[in-house]
This record gives sequence, C-alpha cells and structure tokens, in this order.
Amino acid sequence: MLLARPRICLVAALIGSVVLGFFQGQIDPYFVDILSHIGINITLAVSLNLINGHTGQFSLGHAGFMAVGAYTAAAMTLFAGPHVLPATAGPVLPMLWFLLALLAGGLIAAAAGLLVGAPSLRLKGDYLAIVTLGFGQIIAVVFRNIESLGGALGLNGIPPYTNLFWIFTTAALTVYVVTTMVNSTYGRGFLATHDDEIAAEAMGINTTRYKIVAFVIGAFFAGVAGGLYGHFTLTINPKGFDFNRSIEIVVMVIVGGMGNTAGVIIAATLLALLPEGLRDLAGRSIPVPWSSTPLSLHWIGESRPLLYSMLLIGLMLLRPQGLFNLRRGSSKAPC
Amino acid sequence: MKKWSFFVPVLLCGFVLAITGCKDSSNSGASGQTIKVGEFASLTGSEASFGQSSHKGTLLAIDDINAAGGVLGKKFELLTEDDQSKDGESATAVKKLISRDKVVAILGEVASGRSLEAAPICQEYKIPQISPSSTNPKVTAMGDYIFRVCFEDKFQGGVVLAKFALQSLKAKRVAILTDVSAAYSAGLTTYFKEQFIAGGGQVVAEQKFTKDDKDFKAQLTAIKTQNPDAIFMPIYYGPATLIALQARELGITCPLFGGDGWEAPELVQGPGAAEALEGCFYSTHFAPDQQTPEAQEFVKKYEAKFGAKPDAMGALGYDSALVLADAIKRAGTTEGAKVRDALAATKDFQGVTGKMTIDPERNARKPAVILQIKGGKFVYRETVNP
Amino acid sequence: MTEFFQQLINGLSVGSMYALIAIGYTLVYGVLRFINFAHSDVFMVGAFMGMYIGRTSSKSSIGGGLMVMAGAMVICALLGILIERFAYRPLRSRSKLTVLITAIGVSLFLENAGQLIFGPNPQPFPNIFPSHTFQYDQVVLSSKDLVVLVVAIVLMGGLQFLVLKTKIGTAMRAAAFNPQAASLMGININNVISFTFGLGSALAAAGGILWAYKFPKIDPLMGVMPGLTAFVAAVLGGIGNIPGAALGGLVIGIIETFVKGSRWSTWSEAIAFVLLILILLFRPAGLLGTLQPEKV
Repeated sequence: MLLARPRICLVAALIGSVVLGFFQGQIDPYFVDILSHIGINITLAVSLNLINGHTGQFSLGHAGFMAVGAYTAAAMTLFAGPHVLPATAGPVLPMLWFLLALLAGGLIAAAAGLLVGAPSLRLKGDYLAIVTLGFGQIIAVVFRNIESLGGALGLNGIPPYTNLFWIFTTAALTVYVVTTMVNSTYGRGFLATHDDEIAAEAMGINTTRYKIVAFVIGAFFAGVAGGLYGHFTLTINPKGFDFNRSIEIVVMVIVGGMGNTAGVIIAATLLALLPEGLRDLAGRSIPVPWSSTPLSLHWIGESRPLLYSMLLIGLMLLRPQGLFNLRRGSSKAPC
Repeated sequence: MKKWSFFVPVLLCGFVLAITGCKDSSNSGASGQTIKVGEFASLTGSEASFGQSSHKGTLLAIDDINAAGGVLGKKFELLTEDDQSKDGESATAVKKLISRDKVVAILGEVASGRSLEAAPICQEYKIPQISPSSTNPKVTAMGDYIFRVCFEDKFQGGVVLAKFALQSLKAKRVAILTDVSAAYSAGLTTYFKEQFIAGGGQVVAEQKFTKDDKDFKAQLTAIKTQNPDAIFMPIYYGPATLIALQARELGITCPLFGGDGWEAPELVQGPGAAEALEGCFYSTHFAPDQQTPEAQEFVKKYEAKFGAKPDAMGALGYDSALVLADAIKRAGTTEGAKVRDALAATKDFQGVTGKMTIDPERNARKPAVILQIKGGKFVYRETVNP
Repeated sequence: MTEFFQQLINGLSVGSMYALIAIGYTLVYGVLRFINFAHSDVFMVGAFMGMYIGRTSSKSSIGGGLMVMAGAMVICALLGILIERFAYRPLRSRSKLTVLITAIGVSLFLENAGQLIFGPNPQPFPNIFPSHTFQYDQVVLSSKDLVVLVVAIVLMGGLQFLVLKTKIGTAMRAAAFNPQAASLMGININNVISFTFGLGSALAAAGGILWAYKFPKIDPLMGVMPGLTAFVAAVLGGIGNIPGAALGGLVIGIIETFVKGSRWSTWSEAIAFVLLILILLFRPAGLLGTLQPEKV
C-alpha cells in the first residue's frame, strides 16, 4: 500500500520537491526536462483518473482544460505581469504572481469543467466521450480565433517561471487531494457512481453532482498543470493541446489502471520516459548478420502513437484493470 | 499469474531507465576532434517532406565543408534529432543536443512554430540557432542568438507578392483565402493586405478555412460572386491543389497565386491538378533553373547524391550550414558569443539561394523568386530584390 | 439567388456523404448499442483501397468506377467483420467503458498503421468516374456532385430495402429490438452482428471513395473530421434510426456549407459539436428517434 498514509507521503513528496528545486541548477538540463515532463504528466494523469477512473466517466477532453489553464496563466504573467510587478521586483514577487496565475488558470479551467460538465453529464459513456472530445475541439477553435492570444501561432516569450519545485509540489498536492477525497466518507459517492449509477441513485446519491464535482476538480488540476506546462515550454499554441494530447493522458490512466492512483503515477512516469527511450533507439542501428549495412531503427521514432493504440486494445482485451494494478481482479478499489 | 503481474512493470521500468539513463555524456564539441553541430528537423510525421528536403540540403553542405578540409582544421559533425513534426518535441530534442551532445550551434526548423519552441532554449544557453526556412517574423525576435537564412513573411507577403500582384499580374481586385489554423497563412495575409491596399489594390473578398477542410466550394462560391482579378492563397500545397480543382469546377478562371508553402512536387500531382493550376504563380526562395553558377553547381551535386532535383527547402538547408561554417571561420572559435557576433556581421554572403546580408534584426536580406506553373512544371519567372 | 442555389447544391453533395457514413454508425449502434469509433477509419481505408484499385486502370468510366467501389466495399466489409470478431466480440459481456476504449484504440491503430503503411502525406486519388460540368445560368453542377448524390441515394434505398424487406434485415431488426429474445427465436446473433458490421463498413468504404473522388487528396487522417461530423448527424437524426441518419447528414451538410460561405467560416469546425450539445440537451432522442429509458 504505497499511499496508505497520505499525509506522510505528502510531506515526504513536498520535501522532495523542495530539494529537487534547490538542486535544479546542478542537474543536467536534459534530465530536468525529463523530470519536468514526469511531474506534469503525473498531475494530468492523476486528475484525469478522478474523472475516468474513480467516477467511471469517460472524458476525452483533458487537454482542453489544460489549454484553458495554460492560456490563462500565460496571459497573466505575459500581459498583466509587467503592469502589476514593479520593474525592480526581487525574485519573490514574480513567484507570488506566478502562483496567482497558476491558481487563476486552475479556476478558469474548473469553470470550463463546470460549463461542459453541467449540461453533458446527464449523458452516458459514449456520448460523454464524444461531447468532451468536441469540447477539446471547440477550445482549440476558440483560441485560434482570438487574435490577442496569438491566433494559430499562440503565445511566445512566456517567462520561464516553472521549476521542479513548482511541478512536484503540484503533483504531490494533486495526488494528496484526489486520494484523500476519494477515501473520505463523502468521496465514496464517486465510487458508487462508478460501480452502479442506477443503484447509487436509488440509494439517494446525487450522481450528477458527484460527476460534476469530479469534473470540476479534475479540470482545476489540469488547468494548473497547463499553467506549469506553458511556463516550462515558454511557447504555447492551440495545436499543442489537441486530441492526441488528451489520448496520451487517457493512455496513462488506462495503463496504470483506472482508479488506481499508484499505478497511474508509475504509468505517467514511464510514458514520459518512453519518448526519450524511443528517440534514443531511433538514433541507433543494430548490426544484422545477413547484411553488411546495419539495420537502422529509425522507424521506431514514428511508432509511438501506434504503440499507444496497441496498448489500449491489448490492455482492454487482456488486462482491463491496468498494467500496474497489483491487486488482481479489482479494478474498482481506490488507490 | 501473480509473478507475471509483478514482473512486467518492474521489467518495463528497468528497460526504459536503462535505455534512457545509461548513455554516457559525450565530450565537449569544441575540445574534441570535430565541431559538433546540432540539427532538429521534422524527418517523420505530417511535415516530413519539408523536413527531409531541408535535412538533405544540410547533409550535402556538411559533406562539402568537410571535403574542403573543414573549418579551423576540424571537421563538422552533424547530430540530427527528429521532432516528428510534433509540437512539444522540439524543446526536448534541442535541450538534449545542447546539454548532452554539447553542440556549438543549432540548425532548424522549417516550421516557424517549432523554431519558436527551440529559440528560448538556444537563447538561454547562448548557442546560436539558424533557422533555414522559418519565415514568421516572430522567430528571430526571440533573442539575439536566433538567426535565419531565408526572407521573412513581411518581405514575402508585403513586398514580393503585393508588388507582383499589382505590377506583373495587373490585378486590382483580389480575393484572399486564408488557412486560419496556420500562423504562416495568417501572417502572409496581413502583410499582403497592408501593402496591396497601400499600392492601390482592392481586397474584394476574404474567406477562411481550417486545416482539416476538404470542401472549399462554399468559400469559393462566395468569392465567385465578387468576380476578382486573381485569388491570393497564402497556404500550404495540400489544400492549394484541392482549392484549384474546386475553383475550376465552379467556373472560376482567374489566376491563383501563393507563397513558398506551395513549394512541393505534390502541388501538381493527381488528376486535373496540373491543368487547374496552369499559369498560376508562387513566390519562393530558390528555383532549380535559376541561372546563377552557385545554384547550378548545387543542383548538380544534389542530383548526384540524392537522385532528385532540390527544392527551396533543400537549398535553404544547404545555405544554413554554409553560413554557420563561414561565421565560425571568421570568428576563429566555436564559442557561442563570438560565433553569434560573426553571424550578425554576415554581409553579401553568396549562397545558392542568392546573395544575403544579415540585417540588425538577424533576418537575411536577400532576393525572392517567382515561379510559374507551366505544363505541370515550376518555371522560373522573375527575381524580386529587396 | 444564384449563390443560394449554388450553396444548396454544395451542401447537399457533402451532406449525402455524411449521410452514408452516419448510417454506418447508426446500423452498429442499433444492434450493439455502442459507437464504433473505428468507423471513420474504415472510411479512410476504403478510400485508400479505392486508390490502389483505381490506379490499375488509367481510363475513367462509369462501369470501372463502380467496379473500384465494389472492390473497396468488399475489402472493407471484411475488415469490419475482422475488427468486430477480434476486438469487440471478446468484450461483449464486459462494461460499456471497456468496449468504448477498445473502439478508440482500434481507431487510433488504423490511423497510425495507415501513417506507417500509406505514408503521412496526402496522395492524389485517381479520377475513377468521367467528369463533366453542367451549367444553368450561373449555377454549376459538376458531375462529381451528381455521382455522389446518385450513388448515395441508390445505396440508401438499397439499404432500406434490405433492412425492411429481406430475411436478414428482419433478423437485424429483431436483434436490435431484443437480442436475447431474438436468439431464442433461432436467430444466430453472432452472424447478424458480423453481417451488420460488414454492411456498415461497406457503406463507409463507399462513402470514403465518394469523398476521395470529390476531394482527390487522401491521407490516413482524412476520416477523423467527416467521421465526427457524421456521428453528430447520426445523433441529430436519432441514433439507431436509418432514415434519421440520412436526414441528419443532409441537414448538417447544408448548415456547414452555409456557415463556411459566411463571415463565420472560421467557426465551422465547432458547429457540429455545438449542434451536438444542443441536441443532447433539448431533444436527446434526435429528430426522428424515440427515447428509451434505461433498464436496470
């Protein structure tokens, strides 16, 4: 039971992120990059897990919430920042402003979650999936049509505020909030909604409200993750938050096991490492006995999305509880 | 079953960690036997045809430089990373090139969006970046280490195409069809409109679409009612062919013209495509049948090595490496700041795409060419000087 | 006025293709109660098969075009049956979510395998039918639009006949109404489902070829947008209802065309989804469907 003592885990993770943030300068930037991807992936996957795993809904629009958060936070630091912060501000004030921007990004994303959630959560599985997919699409169209947010080119020159401290603190808080909430008395409603909606309704559980709460909280953390992402890549555009990005997050949740927080964290980490591993392999060639020219592994670089799709099909057919769900048979138990 | 379920994740973890972690750090590019140059390109994915052309040009340039004995007594070594035409991959690829492979300069990318992603990183580590063919003005505005060897959209849309439409096409009434999902298209539209209207032209219709559209008849029907002299289509070659076909189907006979996004043999492939585009024009960086000695020699070498005629992306990829080599030679070192200064001082450099000077905004000031489509071939028509 | 009629023709032509794809979604939903996400990618495979078959002959004739279409339809019917047999059938007793995820997985698999096999770049599609344009005043009707309309109407009519008048059609309707009862009556449910998948996929292939013939640049992701739009059309008409899907397709095609021709053309991508949300809010059963309460 990795997360049996959530508070101890949280404190340990927070100390870890402070240490990481402190020593960031000493780490090879390439590894900092990979670590950042891992942390942001964890936040995204664990927050989606609340919707898709614990509550048993199926959202294909997580990247849309991420986009809302990324644009909001970037607009705050990029456009409002210079007006709010004095020119000679030390390192502390911009950091506070960044924190505010992240929170604003999360809140606006949560509002978007409410906007999508409220009308569409009366829908079941397939319809909900399509509506959330459509939401992601609409978000991209909206951002593309807003000239002041850069249109198709997006926003560039975002200040580089994100560091490992912010990323891992957010990840730790997300994991803490989601696990403690699902394990609380109130949170049992999420699981009841997941297990059998009709029975839960009959027991007096307002499943629609639980679904909306799950959407709003999931969207909030996705928005914060989006804000972190924007201040980490320093440039965002509508294309970067498309359907494929949503699918990547869904794959993390499914590989980890829906409703299994520890598994999802492992899956998020592995899937952040995977592209780098494939990139490395793609650059190499292996000698083959039947030919004098070594076999180039170049095609591997392209094969990642194919691998994702095969993971989805294979896991659903053979191991629907996910790869890292060590307790067999139960796909429904929390963490 | 129980063992299996435990071992799979552990093995997977181990495997991924092993292949990502165990590659040892390479020694620094400057102190080693070679000068390491990093390149990131879209070798696979949706824009692979641009990326591959550019990459081939760069490869040829590195061969030429090394055949001539290299620079500062050392040979160039090109390290290439593929970003799969995806946004979000370039930043990691460039960080890897800089921090693990210790390259002295970065060449890339074709697409402005991905060049923009790499620019803040190169700026932060003070590694000069030369984009071969990103034409969006914002790219070089990212910092004083970011250069390009092509002209920018302000020049292409505002000077070259607006002048061409007014003077050569004698078009007074022009309709514009923009791809709003591409920054390239939106940018060209803005600059063209400014100068075209200032020059006395009139934009009679402005229609828009997004990249997944295949049906343009609605927009074209709206354009047809305005009866324009010409239609400006600052878009990529894929939709350009479809639009041309559908326009002719609807009975629109006026000439169509566009920018360097049309530059691909696929533009005139397919049934009816060449006929639909007959007599249309586009502006670009390089024409294989351009009669300058540098261009002719480059075409000969490229054909010998790759078995096909080079396009503008290939020529710009070639020039980007040559400009870098020239700057390193003049700087006498591979140190980032000195190479940057030398790059900024590039003047009247004779590349295969023409004589170029790097201006204070780190853009290349150089001529553009206009090509015409005749019988399914791209034929050189005129050169427009800045 | 001429502009209005021209746009109406443009809309009907696109709409009839949406209708063909939408019928495929509706057929499968009627029998299995799930959205076959991979449908839009079978559409893409159909177009590529048509391209490979069509390239074998350089002449374009009506008979040849129909042969190309028949060939691609047979191949895609087999593909559809295979997908159902190996990806969906083992999951029939599992939760809906599992099937949904698998369907998304199959869709992504076809798209990405397509990118590796066919290449990511758009490829030209041969002119499989002879082309000609008819003009009346300023309104132009191209033979492409005509072929699309005629083929779509013939296929939809044939399908309606098959479902209402034949034995297998009766079996399909019985299976859709109540699978258990149908199997007790001696209907082989597995065969009926396979047949339905084959039929739906063949229609997708036909739609794919018509699409490729009208817009002759095809790539492995070509199915995504028309597929989503057609899905919305199926919901608009009332999912599970064949005439409803046809009506929904035409309505969406016409709306989309008129929006694209207006000042709001940049929002055209969002129209389908906004429509979908509106339908689901105000008339979840669709235009021609009837609402069925969920049984415990």
